[in-house]
Amino acid sequence: MSDPIAGATAPPAPVYDDETPKNFILAAVLFGAVGMLVGLWAALELAFPALNFDLKWITFGRLRPLHTSAVVFAFAANVVFAGVYHSSQRLLGVRTASDALSKIHFWGWQLAVVLVVITYPLGITQGKEYAEMEWPIDLLVAAVWVVFGVNFFWTIAIRKTKHLYVAIWFYIATIITIAVLHIVNGLVIPVSMTKSYSLFAGVQDALVQWWYGHNAVGFLLTTPFLGLMYYYLPKAAQRPVYSYRLSIVHFWSLIFLYIWAGPHHLHYTALPNWSQTLGMVFSLMLIAPSWGGMLNGLLTLRGAWDRVRTDPILKFMVVAISFYGMSTLEGPIMAIRGVNALSHYTDWTIGHVHSGALGWVGMISFGMIYWVVPQLWQREWALPTWINAHFWLATLGIVFYIVPMWVGGVTQGLMWRAFNELGMLKYPDFTETVMALKPFYVLRAVGGTMYLTGMIMLGINITLTAFGKAPATKEVTA
Amino acid sequence: MSTDTESWQRHGLFENKPLLMTVLVTVVISIGGLVELIPLAAVKSNVPTIASVMPYSPLELEGRDIYLREGCYNCHSQMIRPFRAETMRYGEYSKAGEFVYDHPFQWGSKRTGPDLARIGGKYPDAWHYRHMENPVATSAGSIMPRYGWLLTDALDLGLLERKMKAMKLMGVPYSDAEISGGLAAAKVQADGIVANLASAGIETSSDKEIIALIAYLQRMGTDLGKGKDGAATAEPGRHE
Repeated sequence: MSDPIAGATAPPAPVYDDETPKNFILAAVLFGAVGMLVGLWAALELAFPALNFDLKWITFGRLRPLHTSAVVFAFAANVVFAGVYHSSQRLLGVRTASDALSKIHFWGWQLAVVLVVITYPLGITQGKEYAEMEWPIDLLVAAVWVVFGVNFFWTIAIRKTKHLYVAIWFYIATIITIAVLHIVNGLVIPVSMTKSYSLFAGVQDALVQWWYGHNAVGFLLTTPFLGLMYYYLPKAAQRPVYSYRLSIVHFWSLIFLYIWAGPHHLHYTALPNWSQTLGMVFSLMLIAPSWGGMLNGLLTLRGAWDRVRTDPILKFMVVAISFYGMSTLEGPIMAIRGVNALSHYTDWTIGHVHSGALGWVGMISFGMIYWVVPQLWQREWALPTWINAHFWLATLGIVFYIVPMWVGGVTQGLMWRAFNELGMLKYPDFTETVMALKPFYVLRAVGGTMYLTGMIMLGINITLTAFGKAPATKEVTA
Repeated sequence: MSTDTESWQRHGLFENKPLLMTVLVTVVISIGGLVELIPLAAVKSNVPTIASVMPYSPLELEGRDIYLREGCYNCHSQMIRPFRAETMRYGEYSKAGEFVYDHPFQWGSKRTGPDLARIGGKYPDAWHYRHMENPVATSAGSIMPRYGWLLTDALDLGLLERKMKAMKLMGVPYSDAEISGGLAAAKVQADGIVANLASAGIETSSDKEIIALIAYLQRMGTDLGKGKDGAATAEPGRHE
């Protein structure tokens, strides 16, 4: 298999398009900070409801979809695009096929993000979780995704290297699957430019939605980031990937099993039991390929662990892979019907999501960004000591976020099901369970503030590096 | 790499053939979705119909759209699970047949607030009015925001006919007469709610958004008990 380290120096060096990954990184950092700020504000509204100032545009119900869409589609997706455009050119030994398509992709995607930011606070929504954007934005996203796909496969077609490195497999799976999910879940009957109704109803709509929702996690927050891990971790660690065989096995099993797991979001609902059982069983099987990826990542660091102590980029990546392992174990456990009976509808779910989102997606993104920015801009980081500070703020921020959500979530679940000695509900008044959670909401906001602070430090650092007078890098490696 | 053997390197066949690889990936990621989605849509017994479940009235449909617009599903579920702790708190557990006209479904995934699947009829109209105006007035300790604009903003019924036609297109059994008479029916239902509120000392008019939302909230989960003879219709089949 081709070694990404060796591949980078294959003569003659083609002229790569670095403008596109640069733009995507800047957009990711900007929108990431905005998306996390919106998330923090929404979290604070739960602790202090007066914080929406009686403004209809920023109630929790309208802010929360804005937060989730911003961090998924504007932060994570922009990171993915940056990494795919940067790494694919090097792995395929050729400049991206079309500069025009790259530009259409970049600006089209940012336009969709801006439309989301405008329409959600106005209450323009399809009312489906993680897929709130109304049908004209859905169409724009689909069109831009096709542009991305055409540009990517076209680049593969004109590649100089014969062999496709494992990262490219993960990118292929991402592009195909997200297109399928987005189109099927987005089937609607439009009523006006800003209103439509889902083609599916009730139980069917629920299953389609969670087939989509769970696999948005699988194929937008997992497979592309595993692809990024397979490229950037060996680069940063200067070690080849541990096992080629493991990468084959875990790639195919991961993409096959993931698709089945959606119904675990619908345990004990009106969804038929056979479907719930499939969702649970496949979720449990998912542990194997998930941990295969985690082990392949961690073992790639064999012989480089001394550098993990001192290199903040490797620290970001190691913590990311560890959280990937943790949340891909926690997820299947929560997919067991008996556990889900307690965890479902509680803040435990929110904690779980954030251990994956902040821990895996966020940290691997930061690791990649801190590694790739000096390559792209040919500059040293303007504030190198801030990288380590960001690492600790982010890591501790995650802990302050997820621990209160675990404790709070379990508390909530237990209070809902508690009976007194007469066999009556011990907490018949729901607001009792709400008030019990307030301290946890405050603590969670502390963790979120720390994580956001780190993100803003990255924003300042990248601004000074890209647009300031940071020193040029000593060696040209890319 | 030291772990490689010849048989594993046969995978290189795919690694040099992106088109073949893409086709295979497409097949592999399609199987699970097809196996789960197609039977649910094609096999009727998966969603047993309930005779007493009817489409939403025009005003309720508009109220539901306000529920969607405000993102209520971010904090409230509409899905009571078959546990004693849930049926004691919320009422009879939710049945698949109750949601056949819900485009889109609003089961939610989080209970920052309580489940609303059977909120209909639980409180008087005036309670909902006061609650939306200031949640802590009716529920001390609530962290729900105030929805004052629902009390003052006028309900826009401009799309009602198109909405009902879209629903009909998807199989919701509205008759042509019901669609053409939608506005009038909405007015009649709204006037009824306004009269209810007036009897509780609340002065408002039938063109406010809150009226439509109350209509929807009071409808939720009530169809199950509306059997032909007024008796509850039990759904055969699903038992946990």
